[in-house]
Amino acid sequence: MNTTRILTEADFAPAPSKENLEQITRPSLSYWEDAWIRLKKNTRALISLYLIIGLAFFTLVGPWIWTKDPAAQDLDQISQAPALPKTALLVKDFEPSPTPIDINHPSEPSGYPDALDAVTNFTVQGTPTTQSVRLSWAPVNEAGGYSVYRSESAPDGMLGLGLPLASLTSGNIVGFEDRLNLKSQTYYYSIIPTDGFDEFDAVTTLEVSPQQSITVSQALERQLIDGDDRPGQTVQLAFHPLGTDYLGRDMLARLMQGARVSLFIGVVAPLIYVLFGVFYGGFAGYLGGTIDQILMRFADFVVALPFLLFMILFKIAFGIGPGESGVLPMLIALILLLWPATARLVRGQVLRIREQGYIEAARLLGGGPSYLIARHIIPNTMGVILVTLTFAVPSAIFTEAFLSFIGMGVAPPTPSWGSMCNEGVKTMLSHPHELFFPALFISITVLAFNLLGDGLTEALDSKMRSKE
Amino acid sequence: MLRYTLGRLLSGIITVWFIATATFLAMHAVPGDPLMNEKATTAEIRENLARKYGLDRPLAEQYVIYLSNMIQGDFGISFTQQNRRVNDIIKDHFPVSAALGILAITFAALGGILWGAITALYRNQLPDIIIMFLVILGISVPSFVFAALGQLLLVNLNQWFGTSILPVAGWGTFSHMLMPSLVLGLGTMALLTRLMRSSMLEVVNEDFIKTAKAKGLSPQRIFFKHQLRNAILPVVTVLGPQIAAITTGGFVVELVFAIPGLGRYFVQAVQQLDYTVIMGTTVFYGAFLVLMVILVDIIYGFIDPRVRLK
Amino acid sequence: MNFFKSLAIALLLFSGAIEAQSVDATRQVVKIALAQEPPQLNSMKATDQVSIFVLGHVMEGLTRYDRRGNLAPGVAERWTLSSTAAKFWLRKDAKWSNGDPVTAHDFVFSWRNAVDPKTASEYAFILYPVKNAEAINQGNLPVTDLGIRAVDDHTLEVTLERPTGYFMKLTAFVTTFPVQERFYRSVEASYAADAGQMLYNGPFKITDWVHSASLKMQKNQTYWNRQTIQLNGIDADYITADTRARLNLFIDDEIAYTQLDGETYKDALKNQFRIRPFATGSVYFLEYNYRPGRITGNLKLRQAIQAAFDPDEFVNKVLQTPGNLPGASLFPSWIKGVSKTFREEFPAKVLRPDLERAKRLLAEAKAELGVEQIPPLVLLVSDSPTATKQAEYTQGMLKTKLNLDIKIDVQTFKQRLAKMTEGDFDIVGAGWGPDFDDIMTFGDLFASWNLNNRGRYNNPEYDRLVRVAMNSSDPATRMEAMAGIQTLVHDDAIILPMYEQGVIYIQHPKIKGLRRTVIGSDPDFTHARIVP
Repeated sequence: MNTTRILTEADFAPAPSKENLEQITRPSLSYWEDAWIRLKKNTRALISLYLIIGLAFFTLVGPWIWTKDPAAQDLDQISQAPALPKTALLVKDFEPSPTPIDINHPSEPSGYPDALDAVTNFTVQGTPTTQSVRLSWAPVNEAGGYSVYRSESAPDGMLGLGLPLASLTSGNIVGFEDRLNLKSQTYYYSIIPTDGFDEFDAVTTLEVSPQQSITVSQALERQLIDGDDRPGQTVQLAFHPLGTDYLGRDMLARLMQGARVSLFIGVVAPLIYVLFGVFYGGFAGYLGGTIDQILMRFADFVVALPFLLFMILFKIAFGIGPGESGVLPMLIALILLLWPATARLVRGQVLRIREQGYIEAARLLGGGPSYLIARHIIPNTMGVILVTLTFAVPSAIFTEAFLSFIGMGVAPPTPSWGSMCNEGVKTMLSHPHELFFPALFISITVLAFNLLGDGLTEALDSKMRSKE
Repeated sequence: MLRYTLGRLLSGIITVWFIATATFLAMHAVPGDPLMNEKATTAEIRENLARKYGLDRPLAEQYVIYLSNMIQGDFGISFTQQNRRVNDIIKDHFPVSAALGILAITFAALGGILWGAITALYRNQLPDIIIMFLVILGISVPSFVFAALGQLLLVNLNQWFGTSILPVAGWGTFSHMLMPSLVLGLGTMALLTRLMRSSMLEVVNEDFIKTAKAKGLSPQRIFFKHQLRNAILPVVTVLGPQIAAITTGGFVVELVFAIPGLGRYFVQAVQQLDYTVIMGTTVFYGAFLVLMVILVDIIYGFIDPRVRLK
Repeated sequence: MNFFKSLAIALLLFSGAIEAQSVDATRQVVKIALAQEPPQLNSMKATDQVSIFVLGHVMEGLTRYDRRGNLAPGVAERWTLSSTAAKFWLRKDAKWSNGDPVTAHDFVFSWRNAVDPKTASEYAFILYPVKNAEAINQGNLPVTDLGIRAVDDHTLEVTLERPTGYFMKLTAFVTTFPVQERFYRSVEASYAADAGQMLYNGPFKITDWVHSASLKMQKNQTYWNRQTIQLNGIDADYITADTRARLNLFIDDEIAYTQLDGETYKDALKNQFRIRPFATGSVYFLEYNYRPGRITGNLKLRQAIQAAFDPDEFVNKVLQTPGNLPGASLFPSWIKGVSKTFREEFPAKVLRPDLERAKRLLAEAKAELGVEQIPPLVLLVSDSPTATKQAEYTQGMLKTKLNLDIKIDVQTFKQRLAKMTEGDFDIVGAGWGPDFDDIMTFGDLFASWNLNNRGRYNNPEYDRLVRVAMNSSDPATRMEAMAGIQTLVHDDAIILPMYEQGVIYIQHPKIKGLRRTVIGSDPDFTHARIVP
C-alpha cells in the first residue's frame, strides 16, 4: 500500500502552548504524612490495630457485658476446664455423722495375723454426689484397721491406688465418707485391710461416679434458687465459658480484670521509660565526651541497683497500705529503674549514626543538637527503638508477675495476667487452661505490639518512601 | 587507648561506690529486722546478735566500717548462715552462675545473630514469618514456664529412651548445663533475633551496601563483610548488660534445675533482709556489670572503628 | 561448627554415663534432694527443718528415737529422773568421728553454750527446765550456774528448775546434742560451716558438702551402734525448694523420696506412684490482734467469724490434698493425754458453720462497737502461694457470708515478722509446729508472757491454767488444765483454728524402715534399708 502524505500549511503551525505542563497532580507529602499513608497500607500494622482495639474493647467494655464478679468463689466448680453450663442436683447441707462402727466386731486383731481377707460388701450408701460419697463395707476377720484410697484410673493390683484418703485404725469401722474435692467423674475406691500398722496384700476396688451436686445453702448464697426449692431438684450452675481457677473464680471475668493491671503496667511503663531512654541515650551519644561519660555512668549505676529492694522501698515511700493494689508505685518504680537499657542501646546507635555523612552535612547547614537529634538521629534509630519497645511490653508484664509471685505485686484478689500465669504454671499438667488463657492474652498483646512495631519500622524508614 | 581504659576504670570505681551507698541506705530504710526470726527471742538475745553484726552502732558508723571492710575485700558474715562469710558465698557460687551464663549467652548470641540474619534475608517470606512467630512465642512466655517445660521435656525424653539422656536437674557436668542454659538464654535469644533483624534491614538500604553491590562484590562477601559487621553493633551493645544480668540473675532457672548459683542467694537475701549478703552480692554484681560495660565499649571500638573512643 | 561438634560429643559421652539410680541395694546408698541448703549445722543454734534433719542423722544426744518412734538410749546408757534432778550414765564406747570419746563434759559445754546469751540461740528455751537456764539466757546469771555437772567423764548430773515430766524427751532434741569444746575452740566462728569443720557422733557423718549443691552422708564407722545401721550412705545430690523439680527427679529415678503438694500430687498420681500420707503435727490458725484499739478485741466479732467459717469446706475444697484435718482446737489430735490421746480424752467442741448465728453475732458486734459497718480488717499473711491462696479464700468467704471486708497484706518474711511484732495487723495467718513431745509446746502459746503470742492476748484465766500445768507433774492435773485452755480457746474465740496439716509423699518401693516423725529429724533414714 503506497499512499502519499500531502502536507498542508496547518502541519507547520506551532503547537498550542499548554499551561501547567508539569503540574503536580498529587499534594506534596511530608515525611510523617507519607509514613502515615504507608502505615495504613501495611497489613501487619492493620492487624495489630485491630488486635489493639480488640484488647481495649475486652478490657474496657468487656466487664460491662460479662458482669460476673471476678472475686466470687464457686467452690463447687474448682479448676473447671472450659465447658458448657452444667446442672447439679440440689442436696441437703452437710451434717457430720459419727463413724459407723460394728459393735459386734473386735476393734483389734487377737494376735499378729499373717494374712487378711479382702474386704467384702464394699458399696456406696445412698446417691454418690460431689458433696459426699459414703462408702461402707463388712468388717474383715482379724483386721485392725483399713486404708481407703481413691484413684481416677482403674488400679492395677496394688499399683495406682491413688490418693490415700484415710488410714482407719480400728477393725470394727465399717464406713467412710469422702468429701475431698469431688468432681463429676469416675473414681475407683480401693480398700485394704491392715493389722493396725501394716497393709496386707488384699485390695477391693469399687467404681463410683458421683453426680454433680450443690447444697441448699450454697445455692442460696449464689442466688441459684429461691427459698422454696427442695433437695432433689435440679439447678443450673453458674456458667464459666473459659473455666475457673483454683478457687472456682470465673476465668473470663478475671482475665478482663487482670487486663487492666497488666496492660496498664505493660503498655504505659514501657512507653514512658523507652521515650525517656531514647532522649537520654540520644543526648549522651550525640554530645559525647565527658557529658556522655557522666550520663552513662549514671545509667550503669541505676542498672546495678537491686531491683527488689527498691521495689519494697517504693511501695513504702508511696504509703501503700494493705489491700491497696499499688499499681501506681509499681509503674513509677519500673519507669525509674528500667530506662537505662534503652538509653544504652540508643546511645550505641547514635554513636554510629553521628559519624555518618548526612549528619555532618546537616550540621554544616547549621542544624543545632536538638534539631539533629530529633530530626535525623532518632528517626534513624527508630528500628532499634521499636524493637526495644515491643520487648519492654512483655518484660514489664512479667516483672509484675514476678513481683506478685514474691508477694510484692498487686494485692489479692486483684488478678493480673502475669500472676495468673504464675498460678497456672503450677498445675499446667492437670489444669492447662489456667496457664493457657493468661499466656494467650499476653501473647496476643505482644503480637499486637510486635506487628505494630514492624509496621512502624517500615513506615518510618525514610529510605522506603512511597514510590510510584 | 590505655588512658581511656584507665579513665573508664576509675569512673567505674566511683559508680560502684555510688551503688554501695545507695544500696546501704535503701536496705536500712526497708522496715524489718534482719535479726528477727519465726520463733520470738528475748531482747537479750537480739542485743547480742546486734552487737555481733555491729547493728548497735549509729548508721553513719556502720557505713564507714562497712566501706573500709569492703575496700579490704571483706564483705562480712551472712545473717542467715551465721558461720559463712559472704566472700565464700560469692567465691563458691559465682563461678557456677558464670559458667551457666556464658553458655546461655553463647546460645543466645549465636542463635540470635543467625536467626536474625535469616529473617532479614528472607524478609516477609516464610522463614521470616516462622522465626518471628517463634520469637513472639519466646518473649510472651515467661521464663518460669520455659524452665518447667524444659525440665518436663527432659523427664519425658529420659522415660522414652529408658535411660538418662540428660540429667533432669543438678550440677556438676557439662550435660547438667545444657537445658538450663538454653532456657536461660531463650529470652535474650529472642531479643537478639529481633534486634538483629531490624538492624540488618536498616543496613541493607545503606549506601555502602549499594556501592558494594555496584562494585560487583559477591553476595556472600557483602553479607559477611559489610552487612553482618554493621548490623551486629546494637547486638553487642545489649550484650554487656545482658551478660551481667544472665550470669547473676537466673533465680528461677537455678531453683527449678537445682543449680547452686548466686542468683538464689541474691533474691533470698532481699527476702530475708540479709544485710551483708545483699551488700556483697549487689556490690559484686555492680562491679561486674560496670566491668562488662567497659569491656563492651572497648570491643565496640574494634568492631566499628568509626566510633571514636575518647 | 566446633561448638556443635563438642556438644554432640558431650551428649554421646554422657548419655548412659549417668545411670539414674536413686537406690542401690548392694552399696546400700539412697539418693535424696534437700529443700534448701542447711543454713545452720551448729546443733546449739539450728532451728530449721533441713538442718535438724541433717543433724539428727550425724549427731546423737543422750537419748534418741528408735525405729518405732519410742525413746531409746543414745549416748546415755541409762538414766534416772526425779522431780528435781536427772542423772545420766554415758556409754564408754560412744565416740566422736575423730576417735575421741564422747564425755559428759561435751554435754556441759554445749548446754552452757546453748543458753549463753552470747550464742544467741533461738532454741535456748528448750533448756529452760534446767536450773537457772532462763536466768542465764536473760543475762542475769553466769553460764557456770547452769544446773548441769559432769561428775566424771561418763556421769552427768542435771538439776531441774521445776518438775518436768517430759524432760527425757528434750534430751533427744537437737539443741541438747553434745559438742566437743576442744574442737569447737579450734575452728570457733566457722564451726559447722563445712563438712570438715564439725565432729560427728551420730550414725552418719558428712563426707562431702558442696554448698547449695549437694551434701553427702556416709555411715559413721566410729558410731557405737554401727552394727544396727544398714544404710552406707545418704546422698543429697540435689538442693531445690521447687516441688515440681523434685517430683521430676523422682520420676527420673534420681531421688528416692520426695514430698508432694496440692499442685504436684496429680502428676504423681498419673505416674501410678504409691502415695503415702503423713500428719506433720502442726496446726494452722488465724490469730487476732488484742492490742488496745483493735476492733478484733471484740468477742462477738470473733465469734461471728468463727460461726461463719467452715473448716470442713476449707480442708476439702481449698487445701485439696488428703491428710489435712479440719481445725477444731489449738491442740492437734496426735498430742498425748493421760493414757490415750488428749483429744480422745477431752474432745474439742465441733465447729459447724451457722450463718444465722454468725449474722446475729455480727449485728451484736456492730451494736457493741457502735458502728454501722465493720471497717475493713487487715489480714497479714506471708508471701507463700499457699498462704495467699488461703487468705483469698477467707477474704471471699467473709465477704459473701457476712459482708465483712478484708484487706490482704502480703509481706515477705522479715517484713511480716516486723509487722507481727509491732502489732500492725488485725488478723494474721499463723501456724505452730511442736518443739517437743508434750502438750505444753502448744499450751503456753497464748500465755501473756509468751513472746510468740503476737496478738498480745492477755487473759489471767489462761495464764493461771498454764501455771497449773507447768507446776504439776501429775498428768491428770496437767491435762485437766489444758482441757480448760481448749475450752477457753473455743469460747473466747482466741484464735480461729483452720486445719491440722497433713502432707503426702512418695518413696522408692525398695526403701524399708523409713520413719516419718512429728518431732525431731524428719524423715528419719537411720534405720532404713534397701531391699533388693
